[in-house]
Amino acid sequence: MPELMQFILSGLTVGAVYALVALGFTIIYNASDVVNFAQGEFVMLGGMITVFAHGAGMPLPLAAVIAIVITAGVGVALNKLAIEPARGAPVVSLIIITIGASIFIRGVTQLVFDKQLHRFPSFSGDDPIHIFGATLLPQSLWVMAGALVVFVALWLFFTRTLTGKAILATSNNRLAAQLVGISTNWVMTLSFAMSAGIGALAGVLVTPITLVSYDVGIALALKGFAAAMLGGMGNPKGALIGGFLLGLLEALTAGYISSQYKDAAAFIVILAVLFAMPQGLFGKKTTDRV
Amino acid sequence: MKLSNKQTALVVLAALIAITPLFFPSSYYFRVGSLIFVNSIAVIGIVILAGYAGQISLGHAGFAGIGAYACALAPVHLGLHPAFAVVLGAIISAVMAYVVGRPILRLKGYYLGVATLGFGILVSMVLANEREITGGPDGIQVPDLGLRAIVKTMGLDLNNSEFWYIFSGLALILGAWVALNLYDSPTGRALRALHGSEIAARTVGIDVARLKLQAFIISAVYASISGSLLALQNKFITPDVAGFMHSIEMVTMAVLGGVGSVLGAIFGAAILTMLPQLLTVFAEYEMLLMGLVMMLVMIFMRDGLLPSILRRIRGKDE
Repeated sequence: MPELMQFILSGLTVGAVYALVALGFTIIYNASDVVNFAQGEFVMLGGMITVFAHGAGMPLPLAAVIAIVITAGVGVALNKLAIEPARGAPVVSLIIITIGASIFIRGVTQLVFDKQLHRFPSFSGDDPIHIFGATLLPQSLWVMAGALVVFVALWLFFTRTLTGKAILATSNNRLAAQLVGISTNWVMTLSFAMSAGIGALAGVLVTPITLVSYDVGIALALKGFAAAMLGGMGNPKGALIGGFLLGLLEALTAGYISSQYKDAAAFIVILAVLFAMPQGLFGKKTTDRV
Repeated sequence: MKLSNKQTALVVLAALIAITPLFFPSSYYFRVGSLIFVNSIAVIGIVILAGYAGQISLGHAGFAGIGAYACALAPVHLGLHPAFAVVLGAIISAVMAYVVGRPILRLKGYYLGVATLGFGILVSMVLANEREITGGPDGIQVPDLGLRAIVKTMGLDLNNSEFWYIFSGLALILGAWVALNLYDSPTGRALRALHGSEIAARTVGIDVARLKLQAFIISAVYASISGSLLALQNKFITPDVAGFMHSIEMVTMAVLGGVGSVLGAIFGAAILTMLPQLLTVFAEYEMLLMGLVMMLVMIFMRDGLLPSILRRIRGKDE
């Protein structure tokens, strides 16, 4: 029993990070129909910039805020310089552009900072909390709370605010949104800034547990992508549940079957779900316009 | 005699392969050349799948992995000659493509992307984790093909790089010939039709599911053979051959060069294979420049390098 509890707790921690990455995917996908493979680099930037700002003598909260703001700026730049000029390009080209962007960001980070592994202190110490015989790091609570808070905030933003509704309208029909006076360029800028900011937040929250280096992004992007697809692309609820499910699956496989095949289990389940539900768990069924 | 487009393409390709070695200052260039050819073979497979049929795969390196490890394992465990191991790898890849392709080819766009991605990752994971058979992440030796010795007895003494330059060059010409023929065949036309509009293709009586599956299997065989040749040439292989980055490389080469045309894809493979060799001069900046090239070409030359350049030469600017 304590064993199972332990696996569930570590699964939820990892799952929260996947959920945050998947939420970032969802926002950009909704605004622009682009799956941004550079999403993992935002997480990496969040961690790296905090490490170096903190190392330069800034208090941790300030360093974290600076990291999130800079990363949001990187997201906006990515949209303006790479995504917007390629509007209307086929899916494959967009995949290559965003993967190119992720390699580029990694290359720059490695030059500006370094190739070492880094961490900074946990927010509330490293004394484990005991729950049903299992242990949990206080930092894990921060990560899980982060995912939930971001999800609720996004949900309120998309359903209760005019700006949020404008983003939804743009994703639904770009031209029609322009016709009713929505500035779709502003919507795109905002979406990329939010998405990058959320990614950076995930990086800030998880770095004390998993450490950060210039090359952690791509694995996170793949997992986040898988989580978003599992839940159904474009659906924030799907992203959240997909993320936690993926984390749990990995932790349980690692615990009970084989730690080497933990990633395999995740992808086998994703394949199985897509066979049965080609739109993911919560995806909308779409029909083609002829 | 007037040459058709197809014949022109093959003649140009064969001429390039035959003539460029005259300018090679050292045997290292033969090595780079044969790498380009091996990559091109896989990329032609992507052209058939993505360029003809319009389907994405982010996991084709999985098939390259199967082809590569067939050459490493079959001679040792089954006592098969390496040449037959190439065939065995291609057959296994085709069967896998059939089994996996049937369910996942119903998916569209990014969903197909993540499903193929999953397949590729599963293959690379098995190759990395089943240490007793595959040697694990450190890789495994691959037996010699033995063909160079045969060529030598016929009086032609080639060093390893030269031999593989010629051998993979011939394989590439053969692969390009098959792909170019496929383009104008009834199957090729049907594939291009379903690329244009799946629904319209179905309306005129094309069996969309079967055709997509065929394209998937053919492209898997190309990837598998490319993996086999890589393994035989290097005499050593690691699970990276099946990794995500290798899948992305294949797609990038195809799209960068021009996914709609076989020659374009080979051009893309040549550029992306040579780029890292050139960039080693800038060691630190390699990643940065690589990413930059990928983005710039896709933004400013949407149809890929070769078609964009040709259009400019012919003066048909947008």
